[in-house]
Amino acid sequence: MKKFFALLIVVAMALAITACSSSDSGEAGTNGGGVNGQSENGGSIKVGLLAPLTGDVAQYGLSVASGAELYIKEINEAGGINGKTIEVIKYDEQGDATEAVNNYYRLVDDGVVGIIGDVTSAPTVAVAQASVEDNMPMVTASATDPSVISYGSNFFQACLNDPYQGTTMAKFAANELGVTSVATIYNTGDDYSIGCNDAFVEQCNELDVQVLSQEGYADGDVDFNAQLTSIIASGAQAIFCPNYYQDDGMIVTQARTLGFTGSILGVDGWTNTHEYTDPENLYDCYFCTSFAIIDDEKINEFVDAYRAENDKDPGNFEALGYDAAMVLLNGIKAAEDAGLEAGTDDYKQAVIDGIANGTVAGVTGEISYDGTGAPTKSIMIVSLDSGSPEFYMNY
Amino acid sequence: MRDKYKRIPIPVRYLINALLCAAFLVIVQSFISGGSISRYQSGILVQIGVYIIMAVSLNIATGYLGQLPLGHAGFMSIGGYSCAIFMMRLADKMGVETADLLIPGLIFGGCVTALFGLIIGIPALRLKGDYLAIVTLGFAEIIRVFMLNIDSLLGFKFTGGAGGLTGIPRYSNFLNVFISVILVCFFVHTMMKSRHGRAILAIRDNEIAAEASGVNISYYKTLAFVISAFFAGIGGGLYAGSIGVMDPTKFGFMESIEILVMVVLGGMGSMLGSISAATVITVVNQVLTSLSEYRMVIYALLLIVVMMFRPKGLFGTYDFSLSHVMERLFNRDFPKRKSKGARK
Amino acid sequence: MIFFQQLLNGLQLGSIYALVALGYTMVYGIILLLNFAHGDIIMVGAYVSWVVMSRLQLGPITAVFASVLMCTLLGVVIEKVAYAPLRSAPRLSLLITAIGVSYFLENGAQLIFGADGKNMNAIFSIPNLTIGSVTLSSTALVTLAVTIVAMIGLLMLVHKTKMGKAMRAVSEDMGAAQLMGISVNATISFTFAIGSLLAGIGSVLYSNIYQMATPTMGSMLGLKAFVAAVLGGIGSIPGAMIGGFAVGFIETFVSAAKIGQQSLSVWRDAVVFAILIIVLVVKPTGIMGHKVREKV
Repeated sequence: MKKFFALLIVVAMALAITACSSSDSGEAGTNGGGVNGQSENGGSIKVGLLAPLTGDVAQYGLSVASGAELYIKEINEAGGINGKTIEVIKYDEQGDATEAVNNYYRLVDDGVVGIIGDVTSAPTVAVAQASVEDNMPMVTASATDPSVISYGSNFFQACLNDPYQGTTMAKFAANELGVTSVATIYNTGDDYSIGCNDAFVEQCNELDVQVLSQEGYADGDVDFNAQLTSIIASGAQAIFCPNYYQDDGMIVTQARTLGFTGSILGVDGWTNTHEYTDPENLYDCYFCTSFAIIDDEKINEFVDAYRAENDKDPGNFEALGYDAAMVLLNGIKAAEDAGLEAGTDDYKQAVIDGIANGTVAGVTGEISYDGTGAPTKSIMIVSLDSGSPEFYMNY
Repeated sequence: MRDKYKRIPIPVRYLINALLCAAFLVIVQSFISGGSISRYQSGILVQIGVYIIMAVSLNIATGYLGQLPLGHAGFMSIGGYSCAIFMMRLADKMGVETADLLIPGLIFGGCVTALFGLIIGIPALRLKGDYLAIVTLGFAEIIRVFMLNIDSLLGFKFTGGAGGLTGIPRYSNFLNVFISVILVCFFVHTMMKSRHGRAILAIRDNEIAAEASGVNISYYKTLAFVISAFFAGIGGGLYAGSIGVMDPTKFGFMESIEILVMVVLGGMGSMLGSISAATVITVVNQVLTSLSEYRMVIYALLLIVVMMFRPKGLFGTYDFSLSHVMERLFNRDFPKRKSKGARK
Repeated sequence: MIFFQQLLNGLQLGSIYALVALGYTMVYGIILLLNFAHGDIIMVGAYVSWVVMSRLQLGPITAVFASVLMCTLLGVVIEKVAYAPLRSAPRLSLLITAIGVSYFLENGAQLIFGADGKNMNAIFSIPNLTIGSVTLSSTALVTLAVTIVAMIGLLMLVHKTKMGKAMRAVSEDMGAAQLMGISVNATISFTFAIGSLLAGIGSVLYSNIYQMATPTMGSMLGLKAFVAAVLGGIGSIPGAMIGGFAVGFIETFVSAAKIGQQSLSVWRDAVVFAILIIVLVVKPTGIMGHKVREKV
């Protein structure tokens, strides 16, 4: 009973602190894009960026953020949107759904007109559910889970979703490689892997490609020998491995060590796989992606700009972050052109309509939307035969 | 016990505290509806409430009982999943708003978690110290694997697997979380002041002596553990309703440690400690976003340093009492309360 | 044939667990501390290998020595700084400190190296042996050999040397050992050094097999190794060995097992922990606990 007052004081204290913190959170956040401060001529437009910048999945969040910031910086250097500079407010959600929703509300409080984010599936779903209430325009660079766009018309993906990628690779295996039997190994702790795997298996069944074995593994596993041994014993001609590059690298190494010589197929999480295994293991490895560093004018331009800014090569996440920013700003431009006032419901709807009806020429291909939040864009197959990614074919 | 000092009668003490809580609730609620507290801030208040419940419930097992379960996040996830699934399914069947089922939902979530607490508690509490820690840790891992993979075993969508349980109506708000916090704290407080609570404290201080004095060790250990699990389940249920998504990967070892950090820093055996540590840590996480990279390292160091210099946590077993302070004001020569830390 | 190959997979995995479990058993045997940080020492060792080989471009021999040395030093430092001041404190405080140290190492590594894994080349590459249709991974054989040698060495150390005698005495009764003129602090430090040395060897073998260092790699590895140590009977050297191989085999065979079309691999961790719980409830002393009730 006595502790009631204690509780009271503490919660009051907390309140005081939160109240204080919110008053200065504006400055705390805006140091993101390094583009603030020059808002005199024509004012500025606030755009939110929500990504895990620390924690276990920080590598993906940092990549997406660096890509998006690069695009916004370029736009600002070119004069902004109708003379208004874009101000980025970037919050770290630490890969956690709770923090993602908290920070989403924080961005809303800060008065952003649209948000780029989130990055990984579960937090993105949480934010997608919350954002519907506000009809807040949101573009995710990398949440491939098809359910994120199912909550409302305000949510868009810049990336191709899991089923599309799985289906593509099944067709590629059957039609281009002439494979008749496959096995899969996928991370059962990751929605992305499961989604790709399921679509792949379904498509294989349609194409009369035998799926001999589906092996799962848990998040954080490093030893895939048992599963790979089963796969090799099943006599599969190819292994489909729809995971992120770190796991893929280890799977490729271990599969080759166990004597597997067939094809290994992946999806867009494979972008950096070549950095995680020996080049001589990578023969007959293919993956589908919408971005790879290949010789193309647009891509070269992006890669050079990215290198100049970050001192390293961009990957899939960086490119998708860049395109997500492009998609969102394209929508904002439509609202600005219509002369609407930021913060109003009409403005938000105009941004959403602008995204839905617009087409942008991103570095991951031309992105447009046909009524849903999932993009229609081209996909290509990349070969790792030489030990590093090379364009193989458009698909 | 009659003494010469002016005492505040117990019913009056209860009344004062109840009134203060109600007043606080009304003030904050009017701020929220008036818009002076934004949704972000009220979201943080809800989160603080959830973690207060988590820390207070873990404190029952760690602070009062003196055991170290490392699977509190597992209990949180059981509570969250069972509460959310129960409410969503039932609301569908009965055709009512999900939020109307909050009370049965939370009780259901708490009971399911308590049941799991019982299942793991009976064998685990036969073991001591490190073994108990590792068994509860293992148990939480098993729970996590189940939540991830149960769908493929059942063949229909139940927990949502790796994608998490999505589409949970966001039924938690400041009002119901605050009331839950009050009720949980009230229950835990009165329990600890009762015969049962003293038995639990006696076990912590000296198991052999307690047994010799006729305390039924296994019964009280299990009781404390089950109650701890029950409230963790309620915390989990409120968590699910505050975020709208249950992501199984969240409830790993790290989450258990984070709750443990709150209890340990606040003071093992101090409700004031758990409450303030849960509040301060949640708020600090928000304020120091720029330091978030260093956050975990700082917590780890704090944990080590606190263990070295204040092994009982910042507040030790001290608990604040408003009535006591008032009595001190009424009576000039009121004796200082004996430190509870003197127990051992 | 596939069975044989899986057996070898299990042996390779089990060897790593066994090596790590030996370190747990040593430390637990002497100060009854579940050293949560033990797995993270391996993580540090793996990063040292990566820095030496990929960053400094020094040879594999240097990498091996650097990581073993670093792990040993780290173990001793952790003991001196974090555990020694708490020698008379309640077990709960010691355990929380151990969790703190583990947490510190993991997050420190993440702060320095980032959450992304670091890939390195195999430390020693020996061609695989192929007998019939079975490919014998040479790394598995090396790992197995090193683990067995380490165990024999450890047994000799504990039973045949003066230091070993001191270790056994301290684990039996710290106070009495001190009265007999044994330096308890030095003995405990030595035990930590040996345990961490084994962790260092483990980290070299681990890096050689998986060629990857991530900040959290030590936590699950450490937990599994602890399960192995408990399974074998904590405090017993052959027990840790048997437990390590048992866990390795269980994991491999659960991963390989199938019910109909469904692969059981996802249930692997659950099975390992379920076995731990069952063992602790049924026979808390583990497999070797009763017969060889010698605490290191």
